[in-house]
Amino acid sequence: MSDSTNPMARRDHTHDSVEPDGPRPRHRLSGRNIMIYGTLIMISLYYLLPLYVMVVTSLKGMPEIRLGSIFAPPVDITFEPWVKAWSGACTGLNCDGLSRGFWNSVQILVPSTLLSIAIASVNGYALANWRFRGADVFFTILIIGAFIPYQVMIYPIVILLREMGLYGSLSGLVLVHTVFGMPILTLLFRNYFTSVPVELFKAARVDGAGFWRIYLSIMLPMSLPIFVVAMILQVTGIWNDFLFGVIYTRPENYPMTVQLNNIVNSVQGVKEYNVNMAATLLTGAVPLLVYFVSGKLFVRGIAAGAVKG
Amino acid sequence: MNSVEIKHLDLQFASIKVLQNLNLTVSKGEFLVLLGSSGCGKSTLLNCIAGLLEPTSGQIHIHGRNVTWDEPSERGIGMVFQSYALYPQMTVEGNLTFGLRNAKVPKDEIARRVERAAEVLQIKPLLKRKPAALSGGQRQRVAIGRALVRDVDVFLFDEPLSNLDAKLRADLRVEIKRLHQQLENTMIYVTHDQIEAMTLADRIAILKDGKIMQLGTPDEIYNRPLNRYVADFIGSPSMNFLDGEVLGDSFLRGDLILPLSDYRFAGGASVDCSATIGIRPEHIVTGELVEGMPIRSEVVVEMVEPMGSDTLVYTRLEDTPFHIRMDGQARVRQHDRLAIGIDPARTSLFDTTTEERL
Amino acid sequence: MPGDARPKGIFKNLTAKIAAIPMVLTAMVVFLGCSVWTIVYSFTSSKLLPKTRWVGLDQYERLWGSRRWLVSIENLAIYGILALVLSLMIGFMLAALLDQKIRFENTFRSILLYPFALSFIVTGLVWQWILNPEFGVQNIVRAMGFENFIFDPLYNADIVIYGVLIAGLWQGTGLVMCLMLAGLRGIDEDIWKAARVDGIPTWKTYVLIVIPMMRPVFITTLVIITSGIIKLYDLIVAQTGGGPGLASEVPAKYVYDMMFLSQNLGQGFAASTMMLLAVVIIIIPWAYLEFGGKRHV
Repeated sequence: MSDSTNPMARRDHTHDSVEPDGPRPRHRLSGRNIMIYGTLIMISLYYLLPLYVMVVTSLKGMPEIRLGSIFAPPVDITFEPWVKAWSGACTGLNCDGLSRGFWNSVQILVPSTLLSIAIASVNGYALANWRFRGADVFFTILIIGAFIPYQVMIYPIVILLREMGLYGSLSGLVLVHTVFGMPILTLLFRNYFTSVPVELFKAARVDGAGFWRIYLSIMLPMSLPIFVVAMILQVTGIWNDFLFGVIYTRPENYPMTVQLNNIVNSVQGVKEYNVNMAATLLTGAVPLLVYFVSGKLFVRGIAAGAVKG
Repeated sequence: MNSVEIKHLDLQFASIKVLQNLNLTVSKGEFLVLLGSSGCGKSTLLNCIAGLLEPTSGQIHIHGRNVTWDEPSERGIGMVFQSYALYPQMTVEGNLTFGLRNAKVPKDEIARRVERAAEVLQIKPLLKRKPAALSGGQRQRVAIGRALVRDVDVFLFDEPLSNLDAKLRADLRVEIKRLHQQLENTMIYVTHDQIEAMTLADRIAILKDGKIMQLGTPDEIYNRPLNRYVADFIGSPSMNFLDGEVLGDSFLRGDLILPLSDYRFAGGASVDCSATIGIRPEHIVTGELVEGMPIRSEVVVEMVEPMGSDTLVYTRLEDTPFHIRMDGQARVRQHDRLAIGIDPARTSLFDTTTEERL
Repeated sequence: MPGDARPKGIFKNLTAKIAAIPMVLTAMVVFLGCSVWTIVYSFTSSKLLPKTRWVGLDQYERLWGSRRWLVSIENLAIYGILALVLSLMIGFMLAALLDQKIRFENTFRSILLYPFALSFIVTGLVWQWILNPEFGVQNIVRAMGFENFIFDPLYNADIVIYGVLIAGLWQGTGLVMCLMLAGLRGIDEDIWKAARVDGIPTWKTYVLIVIPMMRPVFITTLVIITSGIIKLYDLIVAQTGGGPGLASEVPAKYVYDMMFLSQNLGQGFAASTMMLLAVVIIIIPWAYLEFGGKRHV
C-alpha cells in the first residue's frame, strides 16, 4: 500500500505541514536553482560538445560526413576510421598510422616520468630537510627558470644534446622532459616535505638514519599521495608535449602528438575527417583516462602546480 | 661523574644570538629541567646537545667525550619530542627498533631490549599497532620507549607533555618521574610549564635570551630567586612587587616600614639603596595569625576569584596592585577591609637598577 | 678522535649536496646558461650555424622591421588580452556557480576541467573540425535555413585569431575555474554570515568583499595564464598553421620557424630574447608584489 492511498499516512503528512513550528517547506525548484542548474547544464553541454563531435565523426563513413551534419549521430557505425588511424594513416611517405607514435610516446613517457620524479623528489627532500649553503640560490634560479619561455633555451639545448650524441634520440627527449619538469616538481616535493613535522626528521637522525635511509624509510612511505600527484602532472604534461618532441627527435622517433599533427595537417591526398578525429581521440585518450581515473588528485595536482609555479 | 658538560656554547642565527656563552654541567643520574618562556633558547640548547643543531662555538661533552661535531646517533642520547614524532607507516615495534636496525644491532638483542622497554612502559599489547591507532598518551609512551631501547644514559625530553590534555599530562608526569627513579639515568627536560619543572627536577635552569638566569634546586628557585626575572617567572599568580628603598635595617615604602633583621642578605649585610621587595601571594598572612607578624597593614578587596582549592583576592597596597592567595574556604567579598601581615623572612629583595637579589 | 674537528665547507651535508647536483646543473647550465647564451648570440649574424660575428642590434632592427613579427605581436596582444580577461571572468563566474552548495558539483567540475587534460594539438584539431565552414557550425546554421550565414573564422584573415581564442578558452577556463574555486573556498565562512547579517546582497558581497579578498589568487592566476599565453604555439600549429597567410602567426612560432625552418638563427635568438623580455616585464612587478618587503629569514 503506497502512502498516497493510505489515509493515515496522508493525515500524518498534513499534520506535519500544518504544524506552525515545523520546518519551512523547501522549494526544490526555486527560481534561483533553476537558473544555477540551467546555466551549468548549458555550459557543460558546450564543454562536452567537442568530445561528442570527435566521437560521432570518428564512427561515421566519409560519405555520411559529406552529406550530414557534424552533430548528427552516426547512422552506420563503422570502426574502420579507428583501425586506419591506428595502423594505416599516412604522414608523408610513411603509412603505418599512429601506433608508432603511441609506442614512441610510451617509451618517452615512462622513463621521463620516473626519472623526473625520482630526481625532483630527492631534490625537494634535500631542500626541505638538509638545507645547505647556496641551496636557496639554486632553487630560486630553478623556479625563475619555470617562467622563462622555452623558446629562449631550445637552441642551446640542441647543441648540448648534439655534443652528448643524444640529439634526435628518445633518450635526449627524456632528458629534456626531466630538466623542464624539475622546477614544478621540485617545488611540489619541497613544499610537501616542508610540511612534514621536522621532529620526525630529528627523531630519525637520533635513530642514526642518514640522508638516504631517512628518504627511503621515512619520507617516501608517508608521501605516496604527493608522488601520485606528481605522476599525474608528468604523465599529462609529457604526453601532451609537442614542441620538445618536434625539436629534439627524428621523424621515426616522433611522439604521438607530433605524428597526429602531421597526419591531420598533411596536405597530401583527400582529407579523411573520420580518420583524423579517431586519431585525435586516440591521442587524447591517455590523458583523459588519467584525468577521469585520478579525479580529485588531478585537481590537487594543478592546484599544487599553480600555487607558485 | 659528569654526564653532560656544556662549555662556552654560543649559537647565532644570522645576527640573532640564540645562546650566549652558556655553561652547564649535569651530573650522572640527575634530572635537569630547562625552563623558560618561548624563544628563550631552551629547545635550541637541547637540540645542540642532541646534535640536531650546530653551535657557532663552544663545546659539548657527554661522558667526558667531546661530541660537539658528532652525529646525533653517535652521542649516546635518546630523545623524546613534543609531537611524539612516531614514524606513521611503521608499527610500534618498527618505531622502537628503527634505530637499532640502523645500528645493525643483532636480532636477539633487539628483541630483548624491545621486550624490556615494552614491559617498563606497559605497551606490550600495542606492539603490532600503527601510531594512528594509539591515543596521545600511548603515543608518548612509545616515543619514550624509542629512547629507552637505545640503552643510553642521557635522555633528552623536548616538551614531551605539551600536546596532552591536563589529566593525561599529570599522569605521565608521575610516570616519567617513576621511570627516572627506576632507571637512574640522566634526564634533561625542556618545558615551559613550571609545575612540571618543580615536580620533576633535581635542578632547574631558568633561561632567558639564551642565558641561564638561575640554576638551582626547585626549593632555591622558589624561595631564593636570584633576580627579579626568576622571581616573577616562577609562581602562579606571580609575586607582588613594591618599589621602595633599603635604609639601614628597614625597607621603606610610603607608610610601610619592614624591619629586615630576619632577612638573609645575599651579601651578608644590608646596603642602603633603592630596592624592590617581592612577596608571594601565598606568603601573605591573614586572619588570626596577622597579630604575630612584624608588619601589619589593611587593604580593601577589589575583586575575588574563588578557585576551589584556594581563593585569589585582588587588592592594592601602597597604590600598587597586590594579590593575596587565601584558603579556599575564606569568605571574602568585594569592598571588605582585610587585615594582612608579612613575614620579612619569606620576602625577596632586589636592587631596583640591577634587578639582582640583595 | 672524532668530534674534535668541526667538519668544514663542502664535506658538510655532502650527500645532500651530491643529491642536489641535477638541480644545480639544471639551474645553472640550462636555465641560466642557455638563456644567457641565446641572449649573447642574438647580437650575432648567425644563420645556419651559430657564429660570433657581432652585428650589434641588427637582428633586432630587422625583427621590428619584419611584417610577420609585427603581425605576430599584434595577434599575441589581441589573443592575450582577450584570453586573460575572458578566462578570468568566465572562470570566476563558473567557480561562483559551483560554490553555491549545489548537487553534482564534482560532475560539473569534471566536465568543465576535462579539456585542460587534453593537449593543445588535440584542442586545435577538434576546433579546426568544428569551425570547418564546409561541415561545421556554418554548414549547420545554413542547413537550418539561413542560406547566407557566414562563420568561417579559420579561413578569414581578419577574425582567425578569434577562432583560436574560442579553442584556447575552451581548453583553459577550467583551470582558472579551479583556481578561483580554491580561492573562494579559502574565504572564511563567517565573512558570508557577517554579510548576510548586515543585509548585503550576494552580488555586492562578491564585488565589494570576496573579490578584493581574493587578490592574491587573482594575481597568481594572472601570472599563470600570462606565462602560458606567451608560450602559445602548439594550438596555432594544429589549428591554423599560422594561416591564412600570416594572419595567425605568433612570436613562439616565429622563433621556431626562424631557427629550424629558415636557417636564420640570429632572428630566432633576437625574437626569443624579446619574449624573455616580455616575461621579465610581467614577472618582476608580480614578484615584487608577492615577495617584496617580506624577506624570509
